[in-house]
Amino acid sequence: MQNAIEASGVSKKFGSTTALDDISFTVGESEVFGFIGPDGAGKTTLFRIITTLLIPDEGVVNVFGTNTVTGYRELRKNIGYMPGRFSLYQDLSVEENLNFYATVFGTTVKENYDLISDIYTHIEPFKKRLAGQLSGGMKQKLALSCALIHKPKLLVLDEPTTGVDAVSRSEFWDMLSKLRRHNITIIVSTPYMDEATRCDRVALIQAGKILVVDKPEIIQSGFSRKLFAVKSVMKHQLIGALRKYPETITAWPFGDSVHLTLRDNKIDQSLYSFLEREGISDTVIIETPAGIEDRFLELMNKPE
Amino acid sequence: MMEDKVIIVRNLVKKFGSFVANDNLSFDVNRGEIFGFLGANGAGKTTAIRILSGLSRPTSGEVMVAGYDAGKEPEMIKRNIGYMSQKFSLYEDLTVKENIMLYGGIYGMKLAIIKQRTEELLERLNFRDYANRIISDLPLGLRQKLAFSVALLHEPRIVFLDEPTGGVDPITRRQFWEMIYETAAGGITVFVTTHYMDEAEYCDRISIMNDGKIVALDTPENLKQKYKASTVEEVFIKIARPDRIQS
Amino acid sequence: MKRFLGFVKKEFLHIFRDIRTLIIIFGIPVAQILIFGFAVSNDIKDAGVAVLDLSKDEITRKLTDKITSSGFFKKTEDLVNYSDIDLAFKKGKTKAVFIFEKDFGSRLLKEGKATMNVITDASEPNVATLVTNYSMAIAGDFNRELSRNSLNGIALVQPEVKMFYNPALKSHFMFVPGVITLILILICALMTSVTITREKEFGTMEVLLVSPLKPIQIILGKVTPYFLLSIINVVLILVMSWLVFGLPVKGSIVLLMLESMLYILMSLSLGILISTVSKTMQQAIFISLIGLMLPTILLSGFIYPIENMPVIYQYVSSIIPPKYFITIIKNIMIKGTGILFVWKETLVILGMTILFIFISVKKFKIRLQ
Repeated sequence: MQNAIEASGVSKKFGSTTALDDISFTVGESEVFGFIGPDGAGKTTLFRIITTLLIPDEGVVNVFGTNTVTGYRELRKNIGYMPGRFSLYQDLSVEENLNFYATVFGTTVKENYDLISDIYTHIEPFKKRLAGQLSGGMKQKLALSCALIHKPKLLVLDEPTTGVDAVSRSEFWDMLSKLRRHNITIIVSTPYMDEATRCDRVALIQAGKILVVDKPEIIQSGFSRKLFAVKSVMKHQLIGALRKYPETITAWPFGDSVHLTLRDNKIDQSLYSFLEREGISDTVIIETPAGIEDRFLELMNKPE
Repeated sequence: MMEDKVIIVRNLVKKFGSFVANDNLSFDVNRGEIFGFLGANGAGKTTAIRILSGLSRPTSGEVMVAGYDAGKEPEMIKRNIGYMSQKFSLYEDLTVKENIMLYGGIYGMKLAIIKQRTEELLERLNFRDYANRIISDLPLGLRQKLAFSVALLHEPRIVFLDEPTGGVDPITRRQFWEMIYETAAGGITVFVTTHYMDEAEYCDRISIMNDGKIVALDTPENLKQKYKASTVEEVFIKIARPDRIQS
Repeated sequence: MKRFLGFVKKEFLHIFRDIRTLIIIFGIPVAQILIFGFAVSNDIKDAGVAVLDLSKDEITRKLTDKITSSGFFKKTEDLVNYSDIDLAFKKGKTKAVFIFEKDFGSRLLKEGKATMNVITDASEPNVATLVTNYSMAIAGDFNRELSRNSLNGIALVQPEVKMFYNPALKSHFMFVPGVITLILILICALMTSVTITREKEFGTMEVLLVSPLKPIQIILGKVTPYFLLSIINVVLILVMSWLVFGLPVKGSIVLLMLESMLYILMSLSLGILISTVSKTMQQAIFISLIGLMLPTILLSGFIYPIENMPVIYQYVSSIIPPKYFITIIKNIMIKGTGILFVWKETLVILGMTILFIFISVKKFKIRLQ
């Protein structure tokens, strides 16, 4: 099977800042592939290179076997792109935005309606409303419809869930899963680790480098130690105390608990008594499976 | 621990014309508590926060913040709260020091005190080397820590945080929450609004708004049990999943 | 073609949805014409005149009475000799001086004609023109009365008009060519540069670039609506100046429209050029206003005659396109000349247009930087 995207040795600098540093990866056809990393990690730069908008300083990106630099004209027909800020015309209505993007790509809304119907039905009741007056979630759905209207083979979504509430985000991911059956390859970027599990495969990206590429469950299981969730009402004191405990490797706040790794990978009475001596007596400790974020932290801390 | 309440809201109603943005809200927030304030777009969150921070008056009901009445003494409220949002907090073209001085000046602090606190702040954050750097040259994580510390410069009793750790790397994020815990342990109330439910997991208690009403208020753990969910995100979706298309 | 039309349709929607754009496109021209037209008053009443009567006979007294009782003029002072004239003007109240030559009355009776000099303060060209016209009319009237009474019937007062300060008498009609020149460059360059940078700012340009649209399609799609609207604007301004001020186009209207289209094209390509160097709408507006509007008002000959400018400004003036268009349009509208008299200016504008289009197509990026 042909790969949808093949990137090798991609680097890009802006002045003295390195946005991308020797990045290589492949995305298979019809995959939902996530790039997960904080703001400034290089996600947008990478997406702009994939969408032919930027030329890498070094390295090559091929999309469906076509080079993004030399074959940009050919590729632009097959890419649906949704940039970071939803690129909608605020002063045009929902319908007008969609029609415009359809004409620009030389098609009509009717022709590809089946592709967007799932998404568009959510906003169709408001088709006369100006895009500027839509809620974040609706803008997101409209922007997705616009990016899909020409039936692209590759859909590139740059932080589509930023600034959108949890309900809309969850609906959005459901829609992406449904697009799989239309044989569309989707790459999506997000700073939110918990969205990793909605992708087939993810790349964790940090400071212009890819830390790891794999299926989310494999990335999670790659966590090298046992992980314990420690709970107490006095979180601040708890973190301080855990860091003082000689067996501790890491102690990080994580949601309602503190995630702890220990040198000997096991909890014994000495930890409880240590904490009690530190004045924390309500401790509850359980072993917990590592999440993407735990693994990300571990990879970030790994010495080069 | 002293259980005094720094925010007391009783039957808060805010109307814009015939539109009811806040429909009879009642809740308390304790001293030193980390309180998560959640809700979908348009649920009325922003309206409530504007009232709590003295920027807007309630239509009816009682709102006491830091001991002052939001209807009558909004100016006193403003002096006793701090605010930090991800989008706007620091002037990007000023240096670290200039930002701190400016902020202190805005709150009418005495120069000697501003200077002293600036030194303390730089020391505590390990920011000595950055004191004269322009904000836009700093990494996002450092900016965020600085913004938080600056929001605490005038020693407010409550600090409002808007999506405080959205988009930062996991390490910075943890360090930031440690700062929040430390602040809360020091008796300052931290009021967090966010779209990101994993941030909500860090809070002591959370409230979820829907359609102008508070529909859930408890510790994340209790809510998860009650709604048989494994994450706050699931709780949120179960509560706020609209059975109609929300506009 | 369908893509292009879709694009143009979208641009028109932007324009008609935004009341501010509409005001800029249609409100400003109308306002400018009215302001320039009426700020210079169209009628005179009690305009101050001084009389230098070197004859002091019955006829000059009669004529003076006729002039001052007309309601148009009011006598400010009697002058004694020629050296008083300048001072009288400088005091500011006197708009014109009537001079009766020596032995005016006896000459008129003996020789059948005598000269009345009218000197006007043409630093206010509008007033000067009106004063001249009215005094001519009064003199003519007086002539008719005289001839009816006199025996030989050929007695004539010959008014001789001289103008101070602005001998060529740039009439207030001159503002119409200036306004057309200014409006067109402003609307075309400002609006195109703003509309393109707006897409950059809102991030929609990213999507357009990733689409199969070619740069030339994007550019043409952007400028077509403004090209059409600008032509409507020219017609609007011409019709208005004809209806309100009675200003006709003396030369060929077809030629005038063709020249205007060329100038519009030049302004549009300038707008695209501005958009390629600005990242934000603010920058585009700033460059358009400071870089185009000010030079057009100050240096194109619109308000201040180029020949009176310091040499260095004359050089600057010769590189700004509006200078040439003002010359063309004045020639066609006011003097009624044809292409033979304006082909040089036309070539200059054509050359500039080609240059700007060339640079902007080169500079228009098919990628982000």
